[in-house]
Amino acid sequence: MSTPTAHATLRGVTRIYPSLVHALGPVDLDLRQGEFFSVVGPSGCGKSTLLDVLAGLSAPTSGTIAFEGRPVNGVPDGVGVVFQEDSSFAWLNVQDNVAFGLRRAGMEAAEIKRRVEYALGFMGLRDFATAFPAQLSGGMRQRVCIARTLVMQPRLILLDEPFGALDQQTRLLMGDELLRLWRETGATVMLITHALDEAAMLSDRVGVMSSRPGCFIDLAVTDWPRARDSRIVSDPAFGLLTARLWSSLRAESMKAIGRVA
Amino acid sequence: MRGVALTRLGVIAAFIALLEALCRFGIVKPLTLVAPSRMVGTLIDLIQAGDVGDDAARTAIEVAGAFVLAILLGVSIGAVIHAIPRLRRAVAPVLVSWYAVPSFVFYPLFIALLGLSEAPLIAIGAFSATPAMVVATISGLDRVPRVLRRVARVHRMGFWDTLRHITLPSALPSLFTGVKLAFAYAFIGVIAGEFILSGGGLGYAIAYAYESFETAKMYALMLLVLGVGVAVNAGLHTWEGRLLRRRQR
Ligand SMILES: Nc1ncnc2c1ncn2[C@@H]1O[C@H](COP(=O)(O)OP(=O)(O)OP(=O)(O)O)[C@@H](O)[C@H]1O
Ligand SMILES: [Mg+2]
Repeated sequence: MSTPTAHATLRGVTRIYPSLVHALGPVDLDLRQGEFFSVVGPSGCGKSTLLDVLAGLSAPTSGTIAFEGRPVNGVPDGVGVVFQEDSSFAWLNVQDNVAFGLRRAGMEAAEIKRRVEYALGFMGLRDFATAFPAQLSGGMRQRVCIARTLVMQPRLILLDEPFGALDQQTRLLMGDELLRLWRETGATVMLITHALDEAAMLSDRVGVMSSRPGCFIDLAVTDWPRARDSRIVSDPAFGLLTARLWSSLRAESMKAIGRVA
Repeated sequence: MRGVALTRLGVIAAFIALLEALCRFGIVKPLTLVAPSRMVGTLIDLIQAGDVGDDAARTAIEVAGAFVLAILLGVSIGAVIHAIPRLRRAVAPVLVSWYAVPSFVFYPLFIALLGLSEAPLIAIGAFSATPAMVVATISGLDRVPRVLRRVARVHRMGFWDTLRHITLPSALPSLFTGVKLAFAYAFIGVIAGEFILSGGGLGYAIAYAYESFETAKMYALMLLVLGVGVAVNAGLHTWEGRLLRRRQR
């Protein structure tokens, strides 16, 4: 029974790979319109698989998924994805990478230029507009991919460990940028991350997944104000939340690396 | 880079100077080898007299035909093999061992099928060059990152758009290697075919000069073949460099 404000819903969703690896679920989840939702879970628990089925990139083995009230069958319009792996186009420079989707959509050149410039500034890539991915660090390439997704102004943004290649300081600042963007666009965000502090700092809700097959074992509501930023890490509530996430996750993480809790 | 280029030029110049000296001082007999300066002189004479134009044009057409055919066939066959894993497992050993087959043994067959004209030469050139293009196409398609195919789907791209914007650019480095090899094999195939049996072309002209003891003419023509081969390869190499320079990881 989805609430009226649910933006995307998953009901009894499982995914079993043809190799008979049961990777996901059953998962029930409502992503609320405009919320910032993070997913944490042990390595290999099925987080990327969850993103795949939610984005319509692969069909669930069982269960149903809906986006904006319509069943998901293929990638719906209005969904943007930033993948875990580097997906920049090696043959295009940074600004052409970022403009890729807009050009395909046939947008007029002036508007493309405006949006690309804004996104480059936003992602701290302005000085690298004409550089090629090969000349950038892994973290910068990931930022190119984020920018390429953001310029499309998706209504649902799915990010799979986008800051994995960044150092802690840059990660905090990029988190701030992401929050700013989320506030400005009103998009719904689902962020997969392995960093508990990142999940705690950015999210309205954090879903904790069990080891494979991944199911949600805890949903933590943060109650942060919408106008928040990385300074929240000094709030005592932040420490409590991180501690709660870790206590939910600790036993599962040990299972994932093959130890008895 | 400039240092390397200079060294390369130096090595070539030294080699030519050595040949020149060997011939000038009579250490090597003129019937065996003529001096490089004479090769160039004879070649210029031949060109001015209009003696090579027809043969060169014929060879150029044959090589171009074989080259284009090999690329079209190679890419199509490679794409089909890549798309059908069962087929790929079945033909993989054939593809790998193709290089061990002296493809000229099929030349008489092509003559029998196509008659003594340009056609069997184009066929033998394409026949030698196609496998390299097939292998390059398969490995190029293997190199399209899975994540980029997924990016294409997120951008809701259809088959042709994915091919144009994702598959081809990703496979390009490998395809280009195939193109360079295909040219080399097509060129060798055509020249060698003309050598064995044909009524015209540079290979034929070289063989003819050899049989009529026109050593200077033979070497001049060999120089021309060498020069064209090197020039085309250098051209392809430069083009490749332009296209791929900026994306090296
Ligand atoms: N295409 C596939 N075929 C078979 N098994 C797969 C496939 N993709 C993933 N798996 C398996 O499914 C499980 C979940 O994979 P998934 O990539 O979703 O995990 P994850 O939580 O994203 O891991 P990580 O934190 O390392 O990114 C893993 O055990 C993985 O080996
Ligand atoms: Mg993953």
